[in-house]
Amino acid sequence: MSAVTENTTPVKPLAQRINWVKLAPWLYTIGLFVAWELLVIALQTPPTILPAPSRVFQAIVQYWSPIWKNSLQTLYTTTVGFAIAVVAGLAIGLFIGWSKAIYAGLYPLMIGFNAIPKVALVPILVIWFGIGAVPAILTAFLISFFPIVVNVATGLATIEPETEDVLRALGAKKLDIMLKVGIPRSMPYFFGSLKVAITLAFVGSVVSETVASNYGLGNMMSSAQSQFNVPLVFAGLLMLAVEGIAMYALMAWIEMRMTGWAHRSTMSQ
Amino acid sequence: MPHLVTIDNVDMRYGGAAGTLAVSGLTMKVGKGEFAAVVGPSGCGKSTLMKLVTGLHIPQSGVVIVADKQVTKPVSIVGMAFQNPTMLPWRTTLDNILLPLEIVERHRHRLRTNKKEYVEKAEHLLETVGLKGFGSKFPWQLSGGMQQRANLCRALIHEPELLMLDEPFGALDAFTREELWCVIRDLHAAQGVTIILVTHDLREATFLADRIFVMSARPGKVLKEHAVPFARPRDLEVMYEKAFNDMVHELHGEIASARVVA
Ligand SMILES: Nc1ncnc2c1ncn2[C@@H]1O[C@H](COP(=O)(O)OP(=O)(O)O)[C@@H](O)[C@H]1O
Ligand SMILES: [Mg+2]
Repeated sequence: MSAVTENTTPVKPLAQRINWVKLAPWLYTIGLFVAWELLVIALQTPPTILPAPSRVFQAIVQYWSPIWKNSLQTLYTTTVGFAIAVVAGLAIGLFIGWSKAIYAGLYPLMIGFNAIPKVALVPILVIWFGIGAVPAILTAFLISFFPIVVNVATGLATIEPETEDVLRALGAKKLDIMLKVGIPRSMPYFFGSLKVAITLAFVGSVVSETVASNYGLGNMMSSAQSQFNVPLVFAGLLMLAVEGIAMYALMAWIEMRMTGWAHRSTMSQ
Repeated sequence: MPHLVTIDNVDMRYGGAAGTLAVSGLTMKVGKGEFAAVVGPSGCGKSTLMKLVTGLHIPQSGVVIVADKQVTKPVSIVGMAFQNPTMLPWRTTLDNILLPLEIVERHRHRLRTNKKEYVEKAEHLLETVGLKGFGSKFPWQLSGGMQQRANLCRALIHEPELLMLDEPFGALDAFTREELWCVIRDLHAAQGVTIILVTHDLREATFLADRIFVMSARPGKVLKEHAVPFARPRDLEVMYEKAFNDMVHELHGEIASARVVA
């Protein structure tokens, strides 16, 4: 992917030495902000409707202390909820994928559970645990554990029958098959699901903070909104996007590290 | 010749009383050290026969006896290989081959302390099938034919008395297939293992086997049994002899008429 080097032309024009593919995400991001800025200028939208990015960055600087504190709070509730989801999702996924019968029986239940909007559960969580970090953590957990469960269970339930036959003929117990084949096989599915799950976890924690907490970016944005401080609302959104991208990148990196073999092989043959 | 495998008047039905009757009145005997081939129209219960002999399925009536014991649960003195090599992509070829040793009762407790001995054995097998030095490669770095060779090593690592092959060469090109026929032929000659090969390739069956069982259409039973007269060791050249082609022709006729009856 890097620029082609030819001996005949020692110095190439700048445009050819730049790795455009690597640069593209940054260029597009800048492009988006520029377009946004121009749009605001052209339409002369007041900052209470749509603040220009320059105005949003200004708000970030101006309110840095509360933004930083609330960002950390949201990062904390999200990652704790996500961590619980990883542990519980892995455990439940292994349980469901254990046998075809359990898989068949519990899968529809899981789908039903997933269809419930988790926002609707926040009031119940507040009744049980009061307002604060706990409902945010639990909402993040509830919303993010489903993709993990489904992926782990699917990885287990789709072991090739021939592999199972070869091992069972050797006297393998169910546990042997799970340890030797099922679990390693479901790892790419598991690590793949983490990227989806972490993004969902942010949705859960912020929704819960918005309606039932005195801390966090969700809370900060809802109080900024009630004071018509729209640039601060957008500043909160921007911080969320940054945290989301960072955590997504971290999960993608972990996925690459842990299951590189699955990317180089065609597993489902 | 003492019999290693005896199948006596076996019925096997899938999916309860109203399900598919896969084999019915199936009877066959395979002697110790013999190379048997099973041919028949597709869907006639060949893979079912494999699973009956290995104890993956227990028949509703009739008995299956392997090594003087009635089969009531999986028998670990067999090795199996299918058309799909099912190598585990996260393990190296060598670790894939060692997998059965982590399962079979009499090896699994010795594996850690005697690792070196087992690795040597695996490497020796790799050399026998022409994969010397490929142990550290991952399966997805190997071609289909190489994976199937490794698959044979995995089926043989725990020194099974019986090797069950279910259309193992079906997915390979003609030249690779012939190479692997020779590999199997030599393994059989060198190790004295009993082999049951299921195949739809009649030349393959005739080239490799001592005895060929022709099965009827479903519900499968043995229609006819042929002893293959060609002397061992057999060279690939034998396939161009008239007697060989006559035999293949005869088998072909029998299966064609078995299909018509169905
Ligand atoms: N697990 C199963 N459940 C139900 N029917 C099966 C199952 N396995 C095989 N059969 C049926 O039994 C018959 C014989 O199958 P099989 O032994 O796989 O045939 P072959 O290997 O000769 O092509 C087929 O009609 C097939 O549809
Ligand atoms: Mg078959």
